[in-house]
Amino acid sequence: MGGTVSLAIRALEQRKDLNESVIDEFIEDHDFPIVEGNTITFAFRGKVDQVSLQHWVYGLESSLSLERLRDTDLWYLVLDLPENSRIEYKFDIVVGGDHRWVHDPFNPQIAHDPFGFNSVCHTQGYETPSWTYQDPESRPGSIEEHTISSEIFGERAISVYLPARFRPTRRYPLLVVHDGMDYVRYASLRTVLDNLIHRLELSHMIVVLTHASDRLVEYAADDRHTRFIVEDVLPYVENHYPISPNPKNRGLMGASFGAVASLATAWAHQGSFGRLLLQSGSFAFTDIGENQRGPAFEPVVSFMNAFRDNPGRPATKVFLSCGTYESLIYENRSLLPLLQQTGMNVRFVAARDGHNWENWRDRLREGLTWLFPGPLWMVYE
Amino acid sequence: MSTLMLLGPQRHQITIAEALESLDEGPCAVITAGWQERELEMAELEGIGNRKTINLQLHHRAETIFKDDPDFREEHRTNQRRIKHLQEIYRIRLNHTLGAVHDLMARAKDFPADVLEHELEDAMVGVRALDQHHLNHMRDIHEDFQEKWRVSSRPHARDHHYELTETLESCTAVLIAGGHVAVLLNRLRLLDLEPFIREKPVLAWSAGAMVLGERVVLFHDSPPQGPGYAEVFEAGLGLFDNVIPLPHANNRLQLDNPTRVSLFARRFNHASCLTLETGSRVDRVDGKWIPKNNIHCLREDGVVEPWEGP
Repeated sequence: MGGTVSLAIRALEQRKDLNESVIDEFIEDHDFPIVEGNTITFAFRGKVDQVSLQHWVYGLESSLSLERLRDTDLWYLVLDLPENSRIEYKFDIVVGGDHRWVHDPFNPQIAHDPFGFNSVCHTQGYETPSWTYQDPESRPGSIEEHTISSEIFGERAISVYLPARFRPTRRYPLLVVHDGMDYVRYASLRTVLDNLIHRLELSHMIVVLTHASDRLVEYAADDRHTRFIVEDVLPYVENHYPISPNPKNRGLMGASFGAVASLATAWAHQGSFGRLLLQSGSFAFTDIGENQRGPAFEPVVSFMNAFRDNPGRPATKVFLSCGTYESLIYENRSLLPLLQQTGMNVRFVAARDGHNWENWRDRLREGLTWLFPGPLWMVYE
Repeated sequence: MSTLMLLGPQRHQITIAEALESLDEGPCAVITAGWQERELEMAELEGIGNRKTINLQLHHRAETIFKDDPDFREEHRTNQRRIKHLQEIYRIRLNHTLGAVHDLMARAKDFPADVLEHELEDAMVGVRALDQHHLNHMRDIHEDFQEKWRVSSRPHARDHHYELTETLESCTAVLIAGGHVAVLLNRLRLLDLEPFIREKPVLAWSAGAMVLGERVVLFHDSPPQGPGYAEVFEAGLGLFDNVIPLPHANNRLQLDNPTRVSLFARRFNHASCLTLETGSRVDRVDGKWIPKNNIHCLREDGVVEPWEGP
């Protein structure tokens, strides 16, 4: 794969004076992974027996071995990757038969998730969106903590984002975000909300951040969860904050199983929420035979099969996104025409990224501003 | 004709006091209806230039009128719905008409310049005609509404109107702040203040400057959704017709994109398209525009340059 004589690694390989200090210099002189057009060179240095690239790009072998550069301790792998891609990875190093996954020590780009962090490779054309960084001009919103007493789940904590210059006398749109604090931690949701509201691209809105105690169960189209959102969270928020009563001003959002929970809630309680933002939804279904994705998906498959038979009209506007490097791209692409046939206004965005929080972060502007447009065209302060 | 001063946004640098220095002493009427429910949060304007400031509270007054006069409210809502429908229809038509112009300019290299130029100008004539048609339609609607529902004929609104005109009469100047341009324009029109404002020196910034022209042009080259085509939103109060104020142009327009700059300037070639940034000021005295500070003009050749006047 890839590899031409013009690549930096090839030039290094051909050097007659290849030694420790030449390699030191090579590492010092380059950013890693080295991006040369669409060709990416990953490198690892160390006295190890084997190194492989572990990534989450569906379509490539999940483990790709690095080669040793001649008889040095520098290992490398050259890959061709499409432009505008974002890939998270680790190295699996083997020493004396022991495997250890490590991040790329030469690459400062990392992305956090609930399991730790990964190294990140950006190919040509990808840039982290400016609106994901804190803007000193943006007035910050605030987050208030609440505990809901639920007959279904007992005591549950929720967090509520209020926009800057919040006024109790005004009515606001509402968005309920599954895995809300993970969105804040790993997808910069709070910063994104502050920035998009400041830029007038997003409506001033109240955002409820929910947390599940066992998301793989509760978010798997669990009837208890859908009732918790509609019978506990919604009335509680209505009692405490000025929320618009119109379903077109109420939305649900989530990623992965959180997207399933969002769709299942809107489907089970049609008319409650008019807007859905579904990211990399785990929308597994079967046309025939058994579910191949494991036991956690059983209730999801049951729900999705039922939904596909009778989708109804769970919302009026749906934003659907998925990474093309995810195995779930098939399920999400399959869902698109089905949603469109219901008469809902549906927008689908695919990005060259995987099943990860920064992919979900990068799609927030497009999704949120489409579902809850701000007064960008009207306000000139 | 009274002095008019169009200023840049005031959030980071307040230049109102300096602009007021050239006017006679006396209180200022302040219009902050574009701030909507924050209308009275005007700490930065209190006592500006050592003058007494009187907020006309147009937003609040309009809410009161709607509450006290349900017939008027209902008729106003019906009228607003009609306006919204027309704006939506205009937008649909504009996307196609202006889209053709954008497509032609994007493919400039595919055609001989002289052939393209002629067709481009013809396409632009179509865009201008659509803008004008929409503008005329808006004017007609407002005139019809004013004829039937003039505030002076409604008992609740009439009191507010008289109070406002008296206040305006007692003030040396009128300050009109920015904010939500549609709300601001709506309130000014609803309370029928244009004839009285016209008689006073006016300092206006951002949306405040936009509503004073013969047409209100909304603009943004890089919105998160849609192609970012500027649109003629409404007929303004008509205090001038040969300038289109563009507050926050550096943020909202791609001023380094000659194609977009040229398109904008050519489309609105009846007027000078002027940027209003922090610190900007342009005056209009005896009908003549005088750029005072940091005023740039969008030119038809795609260049943005300091404006020396018409």
